[in-house]
Amino acid sequence: MKESAKKVKAILAKYPDSGRDALIPILQDIQDELGYLPTSAIMQVGAHLALPSSKIYGVATFYNQFRFQPKGRNHITICRGTACHVKGSGKLLENAVATLKIKPGQTSRDKLFSLETVACMGACGLAPVITVNDEFNAKASPAKLNRLARCCKDEITQERENS
Amino acid sequence: MAKRRILLCAGSGCVSSGAWKVKEELLRKLDERGLTEKFEVVASGCHGFCEQGPLLIIYPKETLYCRVEPDDVSEIVEEHLIGDRVVERLFYKDPETGERIADHAKINFYAKQERIVLKNCGVIDPESIAEYVDRGGYDGLRKAVSMDRVAVIEAVKQSGLRGRGGAGFPTGLKWDFTYKADSEKKYIVCNADEGDPGAFMDRSVLEGDPHAVLEGMLVAGYAVGADEGYIYVRAEYPLAVKRLRIAIEQAEEQGYLGSDIFDSGFSFHVSVKEGAGAFVCGEETALLASIMGKRGMPSPRPPFPATSGLWGKPTCLNNVETFANVPFILREGWEKYAAIGTEGSKGTKIFALTGKVNNTGLVEVPMGNTIRKVVYEIGGGVKDDREFKAVQIGGPSGGCIPNSLIDTPIDYDSLVEAGAMMGSGGMVVVDDETCMVDLARYFLEFVQSESCGKCPPCRVGTRKMLECLKRICDGEGEADDIDWLINVGESIKSYSLCGLGQTAPNPALTTIRYFRDEYEAHIKDRTCPAGACQALIDYVIVAEKCKGCGLCIKACPVEAISGEKKTVHTIDYDLCIKCGACMEVCKLDAVIRGKPAAQKEEAA
Repeated sequence: MKESAKKVKAILAKYPDSGRDALIPILQDIQDELGYLPTSAIMQVGAHLALPSSKIYGVATFYNQFRFQPKGRNHITICRGTACHVKGSGKLLENAVATLKIKPGQTSRDKLFSLETVACMGACGLAPVITVNDEFNAKASPAKLNRLARCCKDEITQERENS
Repeated sequence: MAKRRILLCAGSGCVSSGAWKVKEELLRKLDERGLTEKFEVVASGCHGFCEQGPLLIIYPKETLYCRVEPDDVSEIVEEHLIGDRVVERLFYKDPETGERIADHAKINFYAKQERIVLKNCGVIDPESIAEYVDRGGYDGLRKAVSMDRVAVIEAVKQSGLRGRGGAGFPTGLKWDFTYKADSEKKYIVCNADEGDPGAFMDRSVLEGDPHAVLEGMLVAGYAVGADEGYIYVRAEYPLAVKRLRIAIEQAEEQGYLGSDIFDSGFSFHVSVKEGAGAFVCGEETALLASIMGKRGMPSPRPPFPATSGLWGKPTCLNNVETFANVPFILREGWEKYAAIGTEGSKGTKIFALTGKVNNTGLVEVPMGNTIRKVVYEIGGGVKDDREFKAVQIGGPSGGCIPNSLIDTPIDYDSLVEAGAMMGSGGMVVVDDETCMVDLARYFLEFVQSESCGKCPPCRVGTRKMLECLKRICDGEGEADDIDWLINVGESIKSYSLCGLGQTAPNPALTTIRYFRDEYEAHIKDRTCPAGACQALIDYVIVAEKCKGCGLCIKACPVEAISGEKKTVHTIDYDLCIKCGACMEVCKLDAVIRGKPAAQKEEAA
C-alpha cells in the first residue's frame, strides 16, 4: 500500500460508521495531511462512506477550500477582500500571475510556487495581505511580492548548487 | 502577591503583525531579569485596534503601547516594568493633534465607542472560563433556566434584538417560531460563516470571547427546547476554531454545557463544524445543507428552518454577534438593552472599519450613530487627508453611501432607504483614488464566482452584469450600458432564489445611483477619474524628474523598463503589465499615472 493511501486509511479509521455529514470533515483532514485531494483518496473515501466518487467530487469542487493539485514548495495566497481590493490587491494578483506565470489554483511546473486567492482572511486592518506558506505579510505591495518571490528562488538555486 | 498583568493582543490582526514574536521575546526577557513571579503575560482576544498592532497593555494603569516590535521589548521591561518610567515613543499618536496618549480609554477610537458585545474582547484571556465567569459570565444562562421558556422568548422579543447577520429579522420572533414547531428534536445553529469580505467582527468575538457565544446559544436552546447545537465556522479562521473548542471543553468541565445544567433538567451539547470556503453557505438553508455534507446550495423557503431545518427538524439559526448580545439582555434585563439605539434598531452594532481610514479596526457603537461619527470621530478621518468619497457598507450585498449622505444614521431601515444594507457590518471607506465602477466590478466578480449556480437569474445575470462592467472598465462601454445594468440588476433582485442573488446587484446599482458621472466618464470620455482602471491609464516616466537611478528597472517584474544609469528611463508598453511597482519604488515621484500611450498617439 502506498504511503498516502495508508494515511488516508488512518484518517478514515477516525470516522467509523459515519454518514454523509462526515464527508466534509474527512476531506478537510485528508487535505491537511496530504496538501490536496488525490483521485485515489477520493475513491477510498467513497468506499468508506458508500458514496459514488461523482458525488464526492460534486461536493469537493463546490467548496473553494479543496485543491486537486499538490501545493508548490512556496504556497502564496492573496487576499481578495474588499479592504484589500481598495488598497490594491487586484494589482498584486495580476503581478503575481505575470511573475510566477501561474493562475490562482495552479502550481508551477517546477513545483516551486502555487498561487491561491481567498475571499477574505479577516485581517482587513492590515490590507493588502498575502501569506507565504501560511506566514502573514501585512501591507503587501507588488515590489514586496517580487522581492519575496526572488528570495524563494534564490534560496532554491543556492540549495541546488550546494547539493 | 497578585501578579501584575501584561495584556498582549492575540487577535488575528496583531498575530499577523507579529504578536507571537513579541510574546516570546517578552517571556524571555522577563525570565532573564527574574521577573516571571511578578508579572503574568496574558494573550487576549482582539482589542479592535488592528491598525496599531501588535498592542500591549500594562496594568494597573492600563498603559497602551502600539506597534510593539520584538526589539522594543527590552526597553519596555527595563524602563516601564523595572524603572517605572513609561516609554513614550510607543504611545498612540493622535493623528490630528500629534499628541501622544498613554491611557487607552482617552483615545478617541476607544472613548467614542460603547462596548456591550466587545466588553470582554481584549480584556480577558479567552482561553480561561474563570475570567469569563468572574465578569458575570453565565449569569444570563443561570437566570434564563430559572425562568419560564415563554418568558425568555418574550424578553428577547421586548429587547428589540434583530439578527446581526444582515437581514435584521427579529430574533425573538425566530425563537418563537422554533419554540412553537412541534417536534421532539430541535437544533440551534450558530452561523459563523463570516464570508463578507471586509467583515471580521464575528471572528474577533469568537477569538476574544467565545463563551459569550456559547452562553447565547445555550439560552436559545433552553428557550426553544433544543438539546443540540452546531457552530458552523469558516475554516479560514483557525484561531477562532481552536478557541471555540477550548471554550466548549471548559464549559463541559464546569457543567455549563452537558446534561442537567444548573440542576434544571435542561441539557445541551455543542459541536463545531468547519466550513469549506463557500460564501453562499452564509445563507441559512445552504449552511444547513453544508452541515449535512452536501453542496451548499440554498433551497426555497418555506419551509423555513424554524419548522424544517437540519435533518428535517426545527432549527433555530442565528449569527455569532446575535448570540453574543443575548447574555447581556438576560443578565441586565431587556429594558436596559432596549434603551440603547433607535426606535426600530435596538442595541449596538459592531463594524469592521477598514479601507482608506486612519484608525482601522473594530468599532462598536449604538445603533443610530451617523456615518460621520464613525468615520471621523472614531476612525480619525480619511487617510493622508484625502477626500472622503463614500463608504461601502454591508459587503457584496450592501451598497455605497456617498459623501452627501454622510449624516445618515446607521440603523437597519435608514441604510436600506439609502440603497445599502447593514449586512454583517463591513464598512470600507473609499477616497478619491478608488474608482466606483471598478469597485462595482470587484463585487460582481465576487458574487459571480460565489453564485452557487442553482437559479438562472443569479447564475446568468451576475455574469452578464460582470461582463458589462468589465467592458466599461476596459474603456469599451457603450452608451446604453448604464440603463441595461439597472434593468438587469432589478430583474436579478426580483427573481433570485436566495439572499445572495437578491442583493448581488446592489453594489452596482448604488454606485450608478450616486456616481453615475463616473460611469459616464468611462463610457463617453474613456477616462477613469480615479486613475484606477488599468486599461485607461499607463505608467509614465516624467523625463524632467527621472535621474536614472535604476530602482524601477530592478523592481519591474517583467523587465519592461530600460535605460542606462543616469539617463532617463523608458517603459516598453508592449511588455508593461501595469503593476505599479515602479511608481511605488521611485523616490523622486518620477513615475506617474497618465493617459494611455496609445491614446495619446492617436490624439496627436
